[in-house]
Order: sequence, then structure tokens, then C-alpha cells
Amino acid sequence: MNNSICHKSVRISDIILNALIYLSALLSVGILVGIIGYVTFRGIGSISWQFLSTVTSEMNNTFGILGNIVNTLYIIVITLLIATPIGIGAAIYLTEYAKPGKIVRLIEFTTETLSGIPSIIYGLFGMVFFGKTLLLGTSILCGCLTLTIMVLPLIVRTTQEALKTVPMNYRTGAMGMGATKWYMIRTIILPSALPGIVTAVILSIGRIVGESAALLFTAGSGYYLPKALLSHIFKSGGTLTIQMYLSMERGEFDSAFGIAFVLVVIVLIINALTKIITNKMKKGN
Amino acid sequence: MEKVLPLLKNMSRSKNAHSYKSITNGSKSRSIIERLMECIFTICGLSAVAAVAAITIYMIISGTPAIFKVGIAKMLLGTDWAPTAAEPSFGIAWIVLTSVIGTAASIVIGVPVGLMTAIFMSEVADKKVAGIVKPAVELLAGIPSIVYGLLGLLIINPIMGAAEKALFADSKTHVMNGGANLISAVLVLAIMILPTVINVSETSLRAVPVSIRQASLALGATKIQTIFGVTVPAAKSGIITAVVLGIGRAVGEAMAIVLVSGNTVNIPLPFNSVRFLTTGIVSEMGYASGLHREALFTIGLVLFVFIMIINVVINGIMEGGGRNE
Repeated sequence: MNNSICHKSVRISDIILNALIYLSALLSVGILVGIIGYVTFRGIGSISWQFLSTVTSEMNNTFGILGNIVNTLYIIVITLLIATPIGIGAAIYLTEYAKPGKIVRLIEFTTETLSGIPSIIYGLFGMVFFGKTLLLGTSILCGCLTLTIMVLPLIVRTTQEALKTVPMNYRTGAMGMGATKWYMIRTIILPSALPGIVTAVILSIGRIVGESAALLFTAGSGYYLPKALLSHIFKSGGTLTIQMYLSMERGEFDSAFGIAFVLVVIVLIINALTKIITNKMKKGN
Repeated sequence: MEKVLPLLKNMSRSKNAHSYKSITNGSKSRSIIERLMECIFTICGLSAVAAVAAITIYMIISGTPAIFKVGIAKMLLGTDWAPTAAEPSFGIAWIVLTSVIGTAASIVIGVPVGLMTAIFMSEVADKKVAGIVKPAVELLAGIPSIVYGLLGLLIINPIMGAAEKALFADSKTHVMNGGANLISAVLVLAIMILPTVINVSETSLRAVPVSIRQASLALGATKIQTIFGVTVPAAKSGIITAVVLGIGRAVGEAMAIVLVSGNTVNIPLPFNSVRFLTTGIVSEMGYASGLHREALFTIGLVLFVFIMIINVVINGIMEGGGRNE
């Protein structure tokens, strides 16, 4: 009998499960390294000055993504201009004004629901509502409005987290000194929560850059440079992801990998930025 | 100097008087701004409710006409999808079944790997190693779905194509598809749900009190016994949430699998080229018109119903978990 506590019995199931745990972790990291490595390996060859700085031309038979880069920037800026104020406002309402009850639960449930709705449904909704009912057709603005709804839950939740970390004594202190609620929010709460709000914006940029299904039928696939700054938002404009999908469909894998490489680099930069900001926030606290 | 002093006194008095007034009554313009801001914030808060309401209404309005025109039974139970034929038929049974089976299979593959990785991060690895795995998982979540699609198309499909050639060399009924089949799509989906599953289950594992683990270890359980017998069951509700969120992610994914799955309507068998709810919309919405277009919206509505069921389930789990605490 080996029941002594001095003798360490070895359980085979322990060894197997332990090995499985290490294997799974290795697999998860390995997949990421594989993806980045493969995309870099296949994509970096396609990157050239012409690839980044010209527009695709049938006449010269050249391929360039400048138009798509400009469209992506357009969509990022306009979407955030609309979504950020609404998202911050909603977060302020939830943390500063609302009293716990049915309305708050309803808002929180719908925010959860919005973050669970797949992008293809947003695409369908945007196409019918913004495109047809509001007569925007297939245009950059239509895509922006669609994406606004899509990134809203992300902004609301991240801002809400940031607002919750603002200490309660800041609020009672400001109120005790006679500040009105809006004055307190404007001068105390929002500046304290600013890093969190910036994180929300950066995360949204990441989401917008990677989005494709919601944009395919709303913003379309145009790749020309804007002729005028403002009128461009009423024209069809495909982002990098849309152009990448179109290239894949046509079997032009070199240019697809080129765009994939650009996208992966953007994702890496965005992740690094959020890391830096959250680290600074932790140090500040 | 003497002239200034009383003036100063006067000023300070009036200032006092003013601030005294503002505490009791508040100035009128200020209270208007206050009320206005509260109004604006309330409207912002309700925007999510309005958005969900609008999406639900529009999905129902645009999704139901085709059901009535084609007939509920013919559409949901029909297996023949030929929208552009001379005699069009709109059976979406295989499409729905593909989404269900594809999602289930990707969960079966993705959840164990994701859960094990989460266990590795929260229970096994020391801080430094976990500090490498966590950012890697976050990055995995940030990679655009279309990139997954490209890699699936160029890495998984050729492998599956080779397997297909070996397996079906003598088959006369099988249509070769170069590896663009259900398995390829399931593998891509399994990888794509990993970050969701890992993050949510890791958070819930970390929320399990240390004392519970210590009690189990003190009773003589090994580390692995503690993890699988005590910690994981204690984090059950969080892990179930992770699985349900993973299902939501897998059901709704479109761009990553539209080319990988082959996208022809077929019985969802492992080596058949198949079409999901999402990929059907992506590939045909561009040129569809009339009843065909309405039928695609019905597919969207079916997908939307799936997602809403998942959301209600998650909400139920969260509220149940809150009550237990």
C-alpha cells in the first residue's frame, strides 16, 4: 500500500491534463505567431511606394491602395465624430444620472445586445435604413452611420469603466463646494476619465479598421481619391478590408497579402497604444 | 485710497450676496443648462435602446414578406435554393443546418482549447509567462476577420484539398471542391472564437477566491484535481457565458468563411462545400433583386433570431450569476 504522504504518487490523468493545458496555450500563441509571420512573409514583398501611394489604374495596369487608405481614414474620423459624443453621453447618463431601475437595466441589456449583433446584420440594417429610407444610397456616410451603431457599445462600456474608477470623494468634494452637476462632470469627472475615453476611441478605431461585412453593402467598394473634401462622403468608398476581399475574390493574392500586412501593422500599433495608455493610467493611480 | 476701500467692501459684499443666492435658489440660466444637459445625456443613454428597436423592426419588416410569398414550410424546410432559376425556389433548410452544425463543431473544437489556455494563464503559468500569452490573445482578437479568411483560403484549403483527393479518389458522387468545405470553415471559426472564450473564462477563473483552492489543496488534492474538480466548477457560470458568447461570434461570422467554405448550398457533410446563413447574404446581396433579395433578408432575419436568443440566454446567465453572489 502506498498511502504514505511522504511517498508522492503520480497520477497519469494529471500528467495528461497538464500536457493538454500547456499544449493549448502553446497552440493559441502559435496560431498568432503563425498568422503574423505568414502574413509578413507573403505580404512584405507587395509593399512598395507605388502600392501605398497610388490609386489602382486599369490603364497602367498597376495596383495601389491610396484611395482605400483615404476612405478608411474618412470612415474612422466621421464615425468617431458621431459615435464618441453619443457614447460618452450614454456612459455619463448611466454612471452619473440614472437611478438603478428598469430603464438602466433596459439600456444595459440593449447595449449588450448591440455588441452581440454580427456585423452582417448591421450591414443589412444600414443598407435598408440609412441607404434606402434616409436616401443615402451606397455612400461613405451610410457606412459611417452604420458603424456608429456598431462601435457605440464599445465606447459606452469602456467609458463607463473609466468613469467608475473616478473616486467618489471627487464627486462629493465638488458637490460640497457648491458645483452644479454638469460643472462637476465637465471639470472633474471627464478630465479624470480622459485616458479611459482615449482607450475607447483607439479600440473603436481598431474595430472600424478591421470591419468588412457591415461596410460591403453600405459604403461600397469605390477606390478613387476624393475630388472635394466634403462631397466625397456621399460617394461610394471601399476601405482596406473591402479592397482585400475583392482582391481575394479575383484571386489576386499578392495584393491581398499586401493589404493584410498593412492591416496587421495597424492592429499591432493600436494594441501597443492601448497598452501604453493603460500602463500610464495604472501608474497615475 | 479712502475712496477705494468702501468700494472694495461693497464689491465683496455683493459677491457674498451673489454666491449666497446661488446656493439656495441657483441662478436661472444655470438650472436651465443643468436640465438641458441631463436631457441630452438621457437621450444619449436611450440611443442604444432606439438602435436595437430600429434594427429589430427593420429586420422583421424586410425579412417577413418573402416568408409569406414563398410559404413558411417551403422556405424553412425546403432544401432547394435556386433563386435565379426560371422557376425559382427558396429552401433554406441546408443553409440553416450548416450554420447550426458549423457553429456546434467549432465550439466543440474551440472551447476546450480556449478553456485550457485560460486555465494555463490563470492557474498554471507564472506571471511572466502569462504576461506573454495575454497580449498574444488580445492581438488574436484584433486581427480582422478577412485576414483569417485569406489564411484559411491559402493554408487550410489546400491541406483539406489533399485530404479530399485521397479520401474521395474513387467516389463518383462527390463533387471535388479543392478543400473549400465544412471542415475548413469550422477550423477557421474555431480559431476565431478562441480570444472570446479565453478572455471571458480567464476572468471568471480569476474571480474564484484563493481560499477555495487552498482548501482543496490542503485536503490533499493535486493541483490538476483542484483545477478541474474545484476551480472550474466554481467558475461555471462565467465559462458558460464564454461558450455562449463564442456561439454568437461563430454564428455571425461572415467574411472569414465566405470563400473558405466554398459557398454552395449543400448538405452539411464534412467534405461538402457548404453555405452558411452569413455567407449566403454576403455572396448574393450584391446582385439580388425582387423576391430573391427579400429571401436574403429572411436569411438575415433567421440569423437575427438566433442572435437574439443567444443574447437573452446570456442575460439570463448574468442575472442568475448576480443573484447567486
